[in-house]
This record gives sequence, structure tokens and C-alpha cells, in this order.
Amino acid sequence: MELPGQTQLSHMEEFMEGIWKQNPVFVMVLGMCPVLAVSVSAVNSLSMGIATTFVLVCSTLLVSLIRKLVPKEVRIATYIVIIATFVTVVDYLIQAISLAVYEALGAFIQLIVVNCIILGRAEAHASKNPPLRTVVNALGMGLGFTLGLFALGSVREILGAGKLFGLSLFGPDFQPWVVMVLPPGGFFVLGAWLLLFNWLKNSKVEGALVKPLEGHHHA
Amino acid sequence: MHDISAGQIFVSAVLANNFVLAMFLGLCPFLGVSGRLNTAAPMGAATTFVMLVASLCAYGLNWLVVHFDLEFLRLISYIVVIASAVQLVEMVMKKYSPALFRALGIYLPLITTNCAVLGVALFQTAREYSFIQSLTFAAGAGAGFTLALVLMAGLRERLNLARVPNVVQGTALSLMLAGLLSLAFMGFAGLGAGE
Repeated sequence: MELPGQTQLSHMEEFMEGIWKQNPVFVMVLGMCPVLAVSVSAVNSLSMGIATTFVLVCSTLLVSLIRKLVPKEVRIATYIVIIATFVTVVDYLIQAISLAVYEALGAFIQLIVVNCIILGRAEAHASKNPPLRTVVNALGMGLGFTLGLFALGSVREILGAGKLFGLSLFGPDFQPWVVMVLPPGGFFVLGAWLLLFNWLKNSKVEGALVKPLEGHHHA
Repeated sequence: MHDISAGQIFVSAVLANNFVLAMFLGLCPFLGVSGRLNTAAPMGAATTFVMLVASLCAYGLNWLVVHFDLEFLRLISYIVVIASAVQLVEMVMKKYSPALFRALGIYLPLITTNCAVLGVALFQTAREYSFIQSLTFAAGAGAGFTLALVLMAGLRERLNLARVPNVVQGTALSLMLAGLLSLAFMGFAGLGAGE
């Protein structure tokens, strides 16, 4: 990954990468299936985020540790088996900790295996970096993913059920916007979030373009 | 779950519980390959084929892991079988249709990490479908996936000709479109077999 002449990121930058600049949900738009399916409530989003972060950190750590032992031809298969192992661990863990959460998330816990973020990180980062750096990066990515999920889940729960973490927000007269907790709502809310970020980015770029021109005009 | 007819399962998987639009499975290729109609349909066909193979293997594997009391190996064995099936499709397609192989690019090997494929295997296990039920479920899921992909590609081809504000361009627009499609598919709710 490191090209000659390219300065290496500090650990802090590596951590922030996943939270802001390369946020898996809002910037890379990866691993959308669990994001949209699970984000009907804030609690579900958080549990899914934590489970994914756990798998992400553990499997990228292992991939990074064995990165010099795995032949290039079979690396993807190896990564998938590693990821599947940790997902099985998480699956049993969640079942032991809270059966309610397990039932709410359903098959999507096992589907963490095919979350593109994890395989993507294993291939693009962990296979080329030392363990500490990898774990820091994976933690940032996991946190960024969890934040994205939470941003989606809280909006959908507030609009679709008038609640947050199961607590009623608007009193008994609130008419819930039911479509928000139904499948179309997931697409709409994520689309709206992306729209907001696009708009922010565009206005920033335009601002940067306008300022030097104004300076020129005054001169 | 043994009283549901195969027809009900099929209709449910195609329309009422469409894999992409109602269950959010297989979104990456749905957003990635739906740009043009002539790649969307073959992609749907390839995914359907992998789904059928995966469903078939998953049925056998499930019997094996239950028989030998190795349930914790279920997920790992499923994913390995799916990866091999995708490799097979890739080799066949490379030999018989290199143009298509290039057009699909990275999305072909990515069928392995298509949650719709693993979803078929996991759901048929969780719902304890019989052999015939499993196969119809996989066929329905594949048909539903292809339908969603083709519909979306048609919409996006049309949209290329429209004047769209800069801000909405890209994924945001695709998601909004998918939301509208999903809303339309909600009209099928209750058709066929429910959850």
C-alpha cells in the first residue's frame, strides 16, 4: 500500500479514516444490506454495529498476523473462512447474551460474513499492514459503520415510531410515519443522508471556488 | 413450514418478499450493475444459477451437519460451497462469453459476497423447507433479484437522458429510485406465503 515518497498515516489519522473520510456507510456505501435491513430501531442498529465491529477487528487482526504465510492464490478463500469463523462466534455470543436481540436481527447476524466492508478491509488493508495499524484502522471503520447505522436507525425510529430507544418522544397524539420503518423508508432515509453530505460537499467546493475569485476582483 | 405449496413460495419470493426491495439482500450488485440493461439481465441470470446451486448444496450440507451434530460448521461450509460455485460460473462464462465476462468485471467474483445467495441458503435452513420447497425458493429469489435489477436498469437508462441537479447525482438518486420501486412492491404484500 505504501508507495515510495508517500508519508505514512499516523495511528490517529488511521483511526479517523473510517469515521470520517472513508466512512463505510456514507462515503464508500459498502455493506448496505445489513444497514438498511436492521436499521428499523436505534437499539438494533447499535447491536448490529457492535457485532460487525467485533468481527471486523478480530478477523483483520488474524489476517494481518498471517499475512506473510498465506499464498496469494488462496487468500480470499482463507479470509472468508476466517471471517465465517468469527461470525459463528458472534452468532453464539449474541444468542447467549440476549435472545431478544438475536431474534430481532435474525439471519442478518450470519450475513455479516458477506458484508463487503470486512472482506474489503482484509484485502485492502490488513493483508499489507502490521497488526497494530490494522486493528486501529479496523476499530475506526467499525465505529464509522456503527455511527452510520445509528444515524439511519435513530431517524427511522423517531419518524416511523415516534420513539428513540423505545422511549416515546412526542406523546400519545403522534401519528407515526409508518413507511419509515418499512423497507422503502430505509432507502429514502439513506438517500436523504447521502443527499445531505453531497450538498455539504458541493457547497464547500463552491465556497472554495468563489473566494479566490472575489479576492481577484477586489485587487 | 411443510404446508406451504411451492407456488406460494415462488410468488412470495418474487413479489411480496422480493429479495432486493423488501428484504434488502444483494444491494451491492443491485446498485452497481443496474446502470445498463444489457449487463443487468445476464448478471441476474448468473446470480440465479449460483442461487440454485447454493440452495441444492446447502440442502445436502444441512443434512450432513445435522446428522453428524456439527451445526457450528454450517455457516463456514455454506460460504465455501458458494465460493466454489461462483468460481465455476466464472470459468464457464470466461470460456463461452468473454465479452460478457469483461462487462460484468469485478461484480462476477463478488457474487460470492452477495448476501442474496447466502440469504437463500440461510433462510431455507431457518424455515425448514423441504427439497422441492428449497429449490422453488431459490428460483423465486433469483427471479425476484433479476426482476428488480432489470426494472432498475430500465429506470436508470431513462434517467441518463434527464436533466438532474448535481447534488442528487450518483448513489443518492439510485437509493431514492430504489425506495420508490420498493414502495411499489409493497403493494404485493400478503401475496403468496408470508414470513
